[in-house]
Amino acid sequence: MKKTFRLEGLGCANCAAKMERAIAGLDGVENVTINFMTTKMIIEGQNDKMQLIVAEADKIIKKIEPDVVLKKS
Amino acid sequence: MRKDILRIIIGGIVYISALIINLDNYFIQLALFVISYIIVGSDVVLRAFKNILRGQVFDENFLMAIASIGAFFIGEFPEGVAVMFFYQIGELFQSYAVNKSRKSIASLMDIRPDFANVKVGDKLVKTDPDEVSIGDTIVIKAGERIPLDGKVIDGSSMIDTSALTGESVPRQVEIGSEILSGCININGLVTVEVTKEYGESTVSKILDLVENASNKKSNSERFITKFARYYTPIVVIVAVFLAIVPPLVIRTETFSEWIYRALSFLVVSCPCALVISVPLSFFGGIGGASRKGILVKGSNYLEILSKTEIIVFDKTGTLTKGVFNVQEIHSDVISKEELLELAAYAESYSNHPISLSLKRAYDKKINNQRITDVEEISGYGVVAVVDNKKITAGNIKLMETMNITYFKGEITGTVVHVAVDNVYAGYIVIADEVKSDSEKAIIDLKLSGIKQTVMLTGDNKNVANKVSKELGIDTVYSELLPGDKVEKLEELFMQKSSKVKLAFVGDGINDAPVLARADIGIAMGGLGSDAAIEAADIVIMTDEPSKIATAIKISKKTLRIAYQNIVFAISIKVLVLILSAVGLASMWAAVFADVGVTVIAIINSFRALNVKNV
Repeated sequence: MKKTFRLEGLGCANCAAKMERAIAGLDGVENVTINFMTTKMIIEGQNDKMQLIVAEADKIIKKIEPDVVLKKS
Repeated sequence: MRKDILRIIIGGIVYISALIINLDNYFIQLALFVISYIIVGSDVVLRAFKNILRGQVFDENFLMAIASIGAFFIGEFPEGVAVMFFYQIGELFQSYAVNKSRKSIASLMDIRPDFANVKVGDKLVKTDPDEVSIGDTIVIKAGERIPLDGKVIDGSSMIDTSALTGESVPRQVEIGSEILSGCININGLVTVEVTKEYGESTVSKILDLVENASNKKSNSERFITKFARYYTPIVVIVAVFLAIVPPLVIRTETFSEWIYRALSFLVVSCPCALVISVPLSFFGGIGGASRKGILVKGSNYLEILSKTEIIVFDKTGTLTKGVFNVQEIHSDVISKEELLELAAYAESYSNHPISLSLKRAYDKKINNQRITDVEEISGYGVVAVVDNKKITAGNIKLMETMNITYFKGEITGTVVHVAVDNVYAGYIVIADEVKSDSEKAIIDLKLSGIKQTVMLTGDNKNVANKVSKELGIDTVYSELLPGDKVEKLEELFMQKSSKVKLAFVGDGINDAPVLARADIGIAMGGLGSDAAIEAADIVIMTDEPSKIATAIKISKKTLRIAYQNIVFAISIKVLVLILSAVGLASMWAAVFADVGVTVIAIINSFRALNVKNV
């Protein structure tokens, strides 16, 4: 399962790399890319764990850059 | 953003006045520095504090806060404020640059249609393109963007395809023409039957492709993220070491001197310049290429393309037009026009590409009553009775079975021999025409560093050699079956070193396996061909092979810019680190190595977007 999000307010390229690394380590995540330029995040993961993955990813993003809003696209 | 600029200006004024007004009173001067610091940097300090509470140490806010406050503690007030002041300017510039390039890409991608005029009865209803289904009739007025792919059923117009192809000459459409979404209708009113849903239409495919292109990261980008991951912690650890160890070990050294050096380290420890400028360069390169009608599906492909030295072409449809045309007519007893007329009549019932090309060359209406008997012999040709004369038109095998003496000299191309009442009358040479752009393409490729050009074709040897000679192609493999092409590619792979990259250029129609096997698959004439867009790594929207050279030039320029940024940023940073460690560089140099380098690298990476003179 593949989900695409928009990270509104993403302002720091290094933070995007940090988020990507942290989310990639979550259980059930097969692949994740955060594109700093287009502010898009694509998560590929196991279907049954997707909900949990998204919730955890949101937490990670908020921790690294508190102003970013995670939006479905 | 405007608020931030204002804040920096006010803070800057206070700061400069503290610097130049030579006050005798130490405390007033200190107060001015503190005030300017609070104006300029309080938000950074606050953010650093909040992040620590959230368990995020070592982010740039924290490093800058420590460096600047540290400078205050050792009595270097001007430096303390300067660190924060320039850091903020750098941040501002960064967000300006990022926004600007995001916007320029967005405007590049401004081909998304807003609405479709759907015909419902006699009325036109403005509808979201997403909600229009196949078979619906839509009307496109002059100046409007074509919302969905379809077929013109009424009207004619000129269409501007430049947003998709980079081609400035408009294209004519009339009843029966295919029409592609994303283009603009210039003058006429056309009624179109929708043939594809929005999600499958050209415009949404292209948008999707370009938007996701930078997701496939290049090696340089990977290197930078990896580098950034280790760089900051190492520099910070060295800074701590510098602040504590030397003054403890060496009796003559003071803490304030070494803390100053350590703080300089912290200022240089941010990898921003690299982390932002390298992806920015690739983003610009991909954006610039799409402006030229070249779709690159990922930063990694841009990187491989820049290392390509061997280009393998498919002949038909890539270097040649893929349309057969009459090239020469040689007649012995009758006039050339007559020979063509007889051949066209004899072949008029056949739909073979050769017959079609004869009819096209004849270009007059065929009067069926003049033909009384037709026999098509597959693989040989046609025997027909035209104007009560027996016309034999076909290849040498046909001439031989009929016992007709024919011209036996060397002819390049596909030949139709013609005999009238069993007497040889002459022959017609039919060939696929070389694209007018192909020769320039090969010259340009050689100039842009391609070492070897190869052509693969299923066509006969004579034709293949003629085309390759005309174009200046180095190696030719002819008379190949489709499966042989992959084999030939494997052979080429065996001969080259793995560092040298090989690109295959085809039309994407029946060469998908070869496109996939090459290091880089380039499909030509991608506009409107889903297969090509699907199978290739790089899609050239127009029919011009010279765009391949353009793509290579863009890739080389992009890579050059990315490398320049990497080398420049790392070497300045390392140099300043070394100089500060031995006490030769001031904190000002450190500020330059951080903010200055970032600004210069970003400005440099902006050049990648400019492809006008490529």
